[in-house]
Order: sequence, then C-alpha cells, then structure tokens
Amino acid sequence: MQTLVTSWRRRQRNLLWTECRDGYLFILPWLLGFLIFTVGPMLASLYISFTRWEIVTPSVWVGHAQYAKLFSDDRFWLSLYNTSYYVFIGVPLHLFMALLAALAVNMNLRGIHLYRTAYYVPSLTPVVANSILWIWIFHPEWGLANAFLEWIGLGGLYWLQDPRLAKPALIIMSFWSIGGQMVILLAGLKGIPVTLYEAASIDGANWWGRFWRITLPLLTPALFFNLIIAIIGAFQVFTQAFIMTDGGPNYATLFYLLYLYRSAFENFRMGYASAMAWVLFVIVLVFTIVQFRLSDRWVFYEGDLRQ
Amino acid sequence: MKTAPRYLNRIWAGFWYLILSFFAVALALPLVWLVSTSLKTGGQTFLMPPKWIPDPIVWTNYPDAFRAVAFHEYFWNTARIVFFATAGTLLTASLAAYAFARLRFPLREPLFLLVLSTIMLPSIVTLIPTFIVFRTLRWIDTFLPLIVPLWFGGGAFNIFLFRQFFMTIPLELDEAARIDGASNFRIYWVVILPLSQPVLATIAVFSFIHHWNDFFQPLVYLQSPENWTMAIGLLGFRDLYSTQWNLMMAASTAMILPLLVLFFFAQRYFVSGIQMSGLAGR
Repeated sequence: MQTLVTSWRRRQRNLLWTECRDGYLFILPWLLGFLIFTVGPMLASLYISFTRWEIVTPSVWVGHAQYAKLFSDDRFWLSLYNTSYYVFIGVPLHLFMALLAALAVNMNLRGIHLYRTAYYVPSLTPVVANSILWIWIFHPEWGLANAFLEWIGLGGLYWLQDPRLAKPALIIMSFWSIGGQMVILLAGLKGIPVTLYEAASIDGANWWGRFWRITLPLLTPALFFNLIIAIIGAFQVFTQAFIMTDGGPNYATLFYLLYLYRSAFENFRMGYASAMAWVLFVIVLVFTIVQFRLSDRWVFYEGDLRQ
Repeated sequence: MKTAPRYLNRIWAGFWYLILSFFAVALALPLVWLVSTSLKTGGQTFLMPPKWIPDPIVWTNYPDAFRAVAFHEYFWNTARIVFFATAGTLLTASLAAYAFARLRFPLREPLFLLVLSTIMLPSIVTLIPTFIVFRTLRWIDTFLPLIVPLWFGGGAFNIFLFRQFFMTIPLELDEAARIDGASNFRIYWVVILPLSQPVLATIAVFSFIHHWNDFFQPLVYLQSPENWTMAIGLLGFRDLYSTQWNLMMAASTAMILPLLVLFFFAQRYFVSGIQMSGLAGR
C-alpha cells in the first residue's frame, strides 16, 4: 500500500513537472521572439537614442543631446502637431461614424446583410491601392471629389495641394474604411442580451431611453477597445502621407512616423530617429495609461454593476 | 408595449432603406470610379463631368498595366511571403496559446499579461535596432525579415484569439487523451488542432490580408525591384506612369481583386474573427 501511494505521488509529481516543462516549451518561440524582437530592440533603441550614429560611422555617446536637439527642432513639433490633429480630430469622428454605421446595419430589416457587406468591403482595400485611388479622387481637375462639388453647384478645391485642406482630406478619406471598426462594434451590439431590451420595453422605455441606458453602456467595452487600438494606429499614420502628399504641401502632412522614417532611412540619423521613436512610445504609453484610468468612469463591464 | 400600425412600420422601414442605400451608394462610388477609370481610354479619363460608363470599354488596360512592370514577379514574391509568414503565425501562435489556455506552469498569468501588453506596443520603437540586426545578418533585401519574426509567436493578438478559442474546448478531451498516455504535444496536434479549424482559418485569412496589404515593412526591407511585393510594386508603377490614370486604376484593381475574392469565399471566417476580436472589448 505504502509503495503504491508513493509511486502515485511520484507519478503525479512527474505529470506536473512534464506539464510545466511543456508549458515553457510551447511558449518558447513566443518568449524568444519577445526577447529578441521586442525587449532587446527596445533597450537597444533606448541606447542608440543617446548616441550619434550614421550606420557607416562608429556610434558616439552624446548623452541626452539628441533629445535636446529634438525638442528644439521646429519640424519635430510640426510633425507632432500634424499627427495630433489626425489623432484627435480623425479618430473620434471615425469612431462616431463607425458607431452610426454599426447601429444602422444592426437593424432588423430584410436584406440588411447586403448593406453590411457594402459598408465593410471598402475597408479591405490595401492602403497603397487606397492611396493611389484617392489621389485620383482628389485630383483638382479630373477627380471625383471636385466633380461632386461642381455638381451641387460649388467650386472645386485643391484638396491635396492646399496646406489647410490636406489633413482634412486624409481624414475624409479615412471615413471610407470605417467598415473595420463598424463590424467590431456590430459584434458588440449583437452581444447585448435581447432580454434587457424586452425588460426595458415593458418598463415603458422608448427608443432613445433604450439606446442611452442599455445599448451605449453595454457597448462601451467595444468602444474602448476600438478607441485604444485606433489611437495607437493613428499615431503611426504613414502610408497615405508617404504616397499621396510626400509630407507636403508645405509640410502640412509631415506626420511623426514620416519624419522618423526620413531621419532614419533617408538621412541615416539613427540616434535622432531612435530618440523620436522613444518619445512616441512614451506619448502612446501615457495616453494608453490615461485612457485606462479614465475608463473606470465611462466603460461599463458586465458583472461589476455599480450601485 | 404598444405596437404601431403596420403601414407605419412599412413607412419607417422605407425611410431606413433610403438612408442605408444613400450611404451604401456613397461608399460604393469610389470603387465604381476605380473600376470605371480602369476601363477607359487615356483621353476619357480627362472629362468633366466624368463619364461613368466607359465608351469604348478598354479591357486591354489590364494586360498593358501588367506588361508595364513585372507584376507577375511581385505577385509571386508576395505569395511566398504570405505563405511562409502565415505558416509561422499559425504554428507558433497556436502552440503558445495552447500552453496559456490548457497547461499549468509557474508565471503563466503574468506572462500572458505580457503578451496582451505587447498588442499595445507601437511597433516603431523596435524598428531601428531590428533593422540593424537584420542588416548585420545580411538579410536586407531578402524576404527573411518579413517572415522569420512571425515564427516567434506569430503576433500577440493571434495568440489571444487562439487562446480564446481553445478555452471553449472541454478540458475532458485532454484528460481522456492523457490517460491514454498521449503527450502534451500529441494532444495539441491530434485533439486540439483538428477541432480548431474555424480559428485556424480565421487567423490564416487575416494573416493573408495583413501581409498582402503590408507596406511599411517591405518598404524598409526590400530594395531591388525583383524582390518587391505587390504593395511596393504598385508604388513603383505609380512613379513610372503617374499620369496614366486608367493604367494605375487597372493595377490598383488587380491588387484589390484577390482580397474581394477571398472575402466572398471566406466570409464566415471574417465574421467569426470579428466576433472573437469583439471579445477583446469584454
């Protein structure tokens, strides 16, 4: 009996040990990748940001000189301004439109899935093809945008050639691909239990009351997730400006990442570009933390009903 | 609850259809404009107001665009990158997710939190050192920088999606197999993966789209034209034919078309993927 129990115990311990070993073996590729492609490069870029390095020449430790240079560089501040414009005007508008679209295609109408498809498909277009298409749409003489303006009796605009219009034009273009966010919000809407609406209707709540007291609160987790991901993405806006305007006109679309790319891969100022990368990282990190802090006030998770 | 008279419901429905259709048309117009331009003669692209239906319809814009630059090579390059990157993603992300979902080991929860936090990491902060490492390895202008990182975990978000799915599979299946003497890898390979076809297909589809559309990474890592992907090739085409809008629209259509085909054949995987990522907000 005694030997049986010890052998069972040993077997049990062996199983646990095997499970533990296999657990680490299975996550090993990710763990290595995390160390090689995330932690390592992050620390390395922090180090590089304290050096002067043009790749071909040996790197020289310069302390915080790159950061000092960065903060006195007008073009850096301009690129930060342009990016903030795109983030803080573009993202909320984009999310709002996506919410409207999600509410619209959540209606119980025959053939609604056709509308869902129609709203979603534009968001599938690759950003390069998208950018080339929209250069043509914004073409001052032969483009669709100005054809429309003339059709309703207004004059044409120099969308991408006018420094005041270039950023709004890129934001308008981004509305074309609200489909991606729309479907995530739609999935959130579908996850709201029908019984809640039924109960509210019995209590005499009208459409607006149901929307304001049920739909919106229960959708806040999906809205929050979309907002975080969209803001992080929008801080790294690049391709549209790289292809459509090349940062112009008069640097109106010189976004942060475009300026970083030019510093690193056109001027080979690796120290300067790394300092830029770390500043952006800190900005995004601070924003994400602030949003998580603020989320207590407006994001509603089922199961933590507040009194 | 009062129910409205039936005719009133019909009027409301009609009103909503009108609104929905208005926006559907507005969103469809750029695509119609794209295809319409791609079938026009050069002269007809420069008409104001624009002609929506090309006359004559110039199908030869497509072969012309494809002959102008080596699109077949770009297509083949992109296909190879997509294939190998997706394979690595599916394998290593599902392995990690299996461990996080179904094995007990020390530090499992903190490590998974680490996975989740990297979803929010702006990739730019790792770009320059990664570029320098690949440069030291002489991997610049090869496909390796676009493929190899995906064999190390396959992206945090994919690990998350796999884990979400694996947690819905009853644990009894693992235990039954374990009693039969199956190793953890065997359980993963023979029990779990065959049950996970929906999530495998979903992640394969999204990985395809991601690598097909990716512009920034190929721009940084691929230099000589024979290594270009479709995305970079399209940009190169633009630089050569910047005033021939009909040819540019034909080339753009050719890049979009495979995605539309994929969407219509794999629609249910799109839906399930979106529902699962919707869970991320919960």
